[in-house]
Amino acid sequence: MMSKPIERRQFLGASLATGAVATAAGLGLIKPQLAFADNVAGWPAKAFDAKLLKEAMSDSVGKTNVPVSSKVKLTAPTIAENGGAVPVTIEVDSPMTEDDYIAAVYLFVDHNPTPLASQFTFTPAAGKAYIQQRIKMAKTDNVRVVAKTNKGVLMASAPREVKVTIGGCGG
Amino acid sequence: MAGNVGNPMIRMASSAKKGEIVEIRSLIMNPMTTGLTKDKAGKVIPAHFIQTVTVTFDDKPLLDIDWSTAVSANPYLAFKLRAESSGTLKMVWKDNTGGNWSADSKLTVA
Repeated sequence: MMSKPIERRQFLGASLATGAVATAAGLGLIKPQLAFADNVAGWPAKAFDAKLLKEAMSDSVGKTNVPVSSKVKLTAPTIAENGGAVPVTIEVDSPMTEDDYIAAVYLFVDHNPTPLASQFTFTPAAGKAYIQQRIKMAKTDNVRVVAKTNKGVLMASAPREVKVTIGGCGG
Repeated sequence: MAGNVGNPMIRMASSAKKGEIVEIRSLIMNPMTTGLTKDKAGKVIPAHFIQTVTVTFDDKPLLDIDWSTAVSANPYLAFKLRAESSGTLKMVWKDNTGGNWSADSKLTVA
């Protein structure tokens, strides 16, 4: 859609300043809802806008090939009747001390329209790198998690396939 | 388009032993629409979703979350906290339309 790798925020600022948004939207160059989105400060738009898993991984984790570790546990149902609400549980076996802790966890759905589903930044105060939430899945697909320690060591969960009966991108 | 929004809730134990790992469960109402779907009249339903959740304990950072539109409507979230001292857990949710909600819950550590 946009040929240059320009940050959405910058693009908006520049466009609004010149009054070009309406024109661009009228020409179908940008989606109106993106043009008027008011992103929360610090929200990583670039990584969340990435359309392919590799791009989403390099924009968030910084790497596309992360070794699998049994320390990163991802629990999800084998079959999800409703792709609109697939429960996932993430748990990383790791100390959570000032010197050694899980600093970040990234959750991906390989072929969702935007594969990065969520990212979590932990402090040692959590005591455990643990998250449970529900996600949308467009179709039968792999879910995967990457964890990063405070020293920058990356480890991934094994990809976990969830068979989706009814896709969940209607919401 | 959007149904109810807000109404954040936190469920957690009110007391814990020192060093115990406590689970916190939370829920908030939000449509979490993607901006990729259309309504029955063929009009695009705008993206409306929570983008950040910030969790602190006695104002110290515990967990920062960035969410995409792939998080289910009315997001449920569970996470953990190591109980070290009595204090207040606070959560703040912000969405892409300027919505901003907070909730807190007290923990007494014996």
